[in-house]
Amino acid sequence: MAGNNMTSTEYIQHHLQNMTFGLHPENGWSMAHSAADAKAMGFWAIHVDTMLWSIGLGVLFLYLFRLVAKRASTGVPTGLQNFVEMMVEFVDGSVRETFHGKSRLIAPLSLTIFCWIFLMNIMDLVPVDFLPMLAQKVGAWFGADPAHVYFKVVPTTDVNATLGMSLSVFALIIFYSIRSKGLSGFIAELTLHPFNTPNKLAQILLIPVNFLLEIVTLLAKPVSLALRLFGNLYAGELIFILIAMVGLWQLPLHFPWAVFHILIITLQAFIFMMLTIVYLSMATEEQH
Amino acid sequence: MNLNLTLIGQAIAFAVFVWFCMKYVWPPVMQALQERQKKIADGLDAASRATRDLELAQEKAEETLRESKEQAQQILEQANKRANQIVEEARDNARAEGERIIAGARSEIDQEINRAKEELRAQVSLLAVAGAERILESSIDEAKHRELVDKLAAEL
Repeated sequence: MAGNNMTSTEYIQHHLQNMTFGLHPENGWSMAHSAADAKAMGFWAIHVDTMLWSIGLGVLFLYLFRLVAKRASTGVPTGLQNFVEMMVEFVDGSVRETFHGKSRLIAPLSLTIFCWIFLMNIMDLVPVDFLPMLAQKVGAWFGADPAHVYFKVVPTTDVNATLGMSLSVFALIIFYSIRSKGLSGFIAELTLHPFNTPNKLAQILLIPVNFLLEIVTLLAKPVSLALRLFGNLYAGELIFILIAMVGLWQLPLHFPWAVFHILIITLQAFIFMMLTIVYLSMATEEQH
Repeated sequence: MNLNLTLIGQAIAFAVFVWFCMKYVWPPVMQALQERQKKIADGLDAASRATRDLELAQEKAEETLRESKEQAQQILEQANKRANQIVEEARDNARAEGERIIAGARSEIDQEINRAKEELRAQVSLLAVAGAERILESSIDEAKHRELVDKLAAEL
């Protein structure tokens, strides 16, 4: 446990608070010293730990893959190239199976999603106190109060990270819909389904109903995409934190939960990727 | 669970990563994969072609072998025939030569006989003349009786 003078609630809350830097109404641009501070900053704040870890892991992913891509040979692949080619073929296969249109973007997009989310998720397996305590030490070095140094290492337990990705995917869904069906086709899809009659007057009356239903369907896509990943990882992280408070050195419970979590980590990354492909393929295909 | 600028930061980071992946990671890896696929396919093609070639070559080799065996047989037969012919010819030649020699010898013998007969005839006439001379003890006109004696000698 981090600090013996904390209650369990404080400990959990401390672990679930991001390191926030933002525009405080009273203190101006500054680090948030508490959850209340972070709340007061509202939208004009940035989660430093989320950004740091996600960009760091993204760069790691691209560095490794770029390393292989640069000296990709057609001979017998070895080591890292084997792994990278396996990932690329796996993603390429998934895309080919699901997405029938032609697009140079979909496959690299899916690869990025899968690998990046996987790497971000896997930070969950690092014992919950390691990196935050390290951050507190470093914070103390720079003269900050250790109790006020918040550090969350799993970017996908931050709803901003998942929503940021899913909104990008949402933008792509709209872009692909309009590109393949035209703006009028896209609007027609939103307003002339699911209720459709040959009678013009009845159709006009049905437009608001259709629009309401379709817009909910459309908006549910990014929201569910983001919240599914966030919810799974947040819950997993919470359980890791709870486990950290019981047992001797987390021993009896941490291991089975970590093993089980490996499944969740991979599965959630895969689900995010697959749903992205499915949504984009629905966006490009003809009207149902 | 505050929504804040992190959302936009993440979206930007995501876009940059996807762009980088699309531009610098995916194409070379994919190209390498496709090239290897092509290489393997080519290799398999070449292997099956080589097998077929091998079969053809074996067939050809067998055929050549058979042909050369036949040719050797033919040459052998010809050589045998020729040898027989030569032997036959030699035999014929020898026979002809022998006959010629025999004929030569025979004619020579005949000549010798004739010559001896001639000589004998000549001497017989001389002897007859000498005998007659002695008997008659008188000179006989040699020229006058020569014709008579020669006629006598020719009847011998």
